[in-house]
Amino acid sequence: MRSGSVFSTLKRDYQLWIMVLPAIAIIFIFSYIPMYGVQLAFRDYDFSKGLTGGEWQGLHYFKQFIDSYLFADLMRNTFFISFATIVIGFPAPIVLALILNQIRRKKAKQLMQTTVYLPHFISVIVLVGMLNVLLSPETGIVGHLMKSAGLGHINLLASTNTFIPTYVLSDIWQHCGWNSIIYLAALSTVDPQLYDSAKMDGASRWQTIRYIDFPALVPTIIILFILSMGNILSTGFEKIFLMQNALNLPVSEVIATYVYKIGIVSNQFSMASAIGLFNTVINFIFLFGMNAISRRVSNTSLF
Amino acid sequence: MVRHRLSSGEIVFRAVLIALCALIFLAVAYPLYFIVIASVSDSTMVSTGKVLLFPKGTSFFGYNEIFRDERIWTGYRNTMFYTIAGTLVNLLFTLPAAYVLSRKEFKARRFIMFAFVFTMFFNGGLIPTYLLMKDLHLTNTFWVFIIPFCVNVFYLIIARTFFESSLPPELYEAAAMDGCSHFVYFVKVALPLSKALISVVGLYYLVGHWNDFFTALIYIRDNELKPLQIILRDILLSNQVFAGGAGTGGAAGGYAQKYADQIKYGVIIVSTLPILVLYPFLQKYFEKGVMIGSVKG
Repeated sequence: MRSGSVFSTLKRDYQLWIMVLPAIAIIFIFSYIPMYGVQLAFRDYDFSKGLTGGEWQGLHYFKQFIDSYLFADLMRNTFFISFATIVIGFPAPIVLALILNQIRRKKAKQLMQTTVYLPHFISVIVLVGMLNVLLSPETGIVGHLMKSAGLGHINLLASTNTFIPTYVLSDIWQHCGWNSIIYLAALSTVDPQLYDSAKMDGASRWQTIRYIDFPALVPTIIILFILSMGNILSTGFEKIFLMQNALNLPVSEVIATYVYKIGIVSNQFSMASAIGLFNTVINFIFLFGMNAISRRVSNTSLF
Repeated sequence: MVRHRLSSGEIVFRAVLIALCALIFLAVAYPLYFIVIASVSDSTMVSTGKVLLFPKGTSFFGYNEIFRDERIWTGYRNTMFYTIAGTLVNLLFTLPAAYVLSRKEFKARRFIMFAFVFTMFFNGGLIPTYLLMKDLHLTNTFWVFIIPFCVNVFYLIIARTFFESSLPPELYEAAAMDGCSHFVYFVKVALPLSKALISVVGLYYLVGHWNDFFTALIYIRDNELKPLQIILRDILLSNQVFAGGAGTGGAAGGYAQKYADQIKYGVIIVSTLPILVLYPFLQKYFEKGVMIGSVKG
């Protein structure tokens, strides 16, 4: 009956179908066909036979990746950069939203918001370009500041110790303001009567933050946390790729950049597909795992 | 405002709040401000760390070089074209589909929606997508910027949520009574009522196109097709600053490096200018987008 009704309404809804079909075609061709092409990870790539015509190799390429000497480094770097980004980068917009929410003067609040959102719109290239010129130890302003602070001659972008802090902090600089919008939206839904009665009871502003504002953010925090865990292995390719140089490569080579290098640059298509798929599967496991834990613990979940 | 005695706790709170805000403000605004003043200052002053608060020894050397550089203008022209054409195609594909998926009487909508959302969490990955583009002969053509990813599922959801919540169902029923078809209703009623939404989604797409560097990195080899962001990479990161010759001595610095740096400061401004001009709109509408998007998660 239900599936029959689809066809019986086809005539009535033909205009709707015409309007949605272009989008379906695009998603089908450019998202679902590559998904079908994922089997390349289990096959040799045969130029003459196309995407799925090569000989079946099973888990050969996965084994080869896991056995390779680079595997441990890649996994460690990817996890480390992701964890650092989550541990430091995730709470930052929450704190920022709580601070911005305390500003009473409309003009001041607007000025702050306008300023902290702005870096979000800068392109990755420009951001990394800014890092290069500002952090240069010879000619950059940060280089000069560090010299006068007695920290000596350090190139923050070319040292294995400072690469990750530079990456994470510049990420916070760029996106923290923007990411706080969703928390500010959640804070704006708090019932004003709550604040009034808290004031009557003599609560200080620290206490209203602790007992009214923060609890109001918890559901949003959980949802966004699950989502960010689902991306544990998808460190932003572009920024890391652009920040890489020969000196920081031991800590900056991650799965995404490696896939690009062996796939697009050196044409080892099967191997690169296998590594990409491996990455996606781990993300999936984390997403579902976090979702299940959160459903148990807090009754909040994505699906 | 009623003035009343502040408790000492409140005074401490305000002091901490003001200090934190000032710190955050400076941390975000100063680097941006510095780029601006560095781009118009004498390059020696900048490279020796003498320019801190105000421009010193005005010099437009950087901008002069940029205006003479063919690469930048080719890139600018290409990016303009990709951004405008790309955004139009984005809207043309996304909005009608979002409208359809917002119609409750459209039975297939749950299934189609699921199939769309699934692609947000799972995809074929870089290599199968790359090989598909090659098979379709889209690599090294301008089409690759416009067609393949023209439907962004996240923006589609925002548009659908907006249509669902802001177009009352009675409106279509009344129009349908008068013999109005979905085509006419969408163009004559739904779109004019959704100007805010079109701005939100349009600007999202627009900024995405302007800042896109990945597409060109993977799919474009031809110099004539390179967008601005790729040119910027050559100038800012590979240090191929001067149009005529090769780069300067890299981190070794030296005579040419300070001139190179001034060009870099200028290029950062020139390439970000369109975004800055649009920023007042961006802020207004992007915030709205986040709000609409967060209603349904």
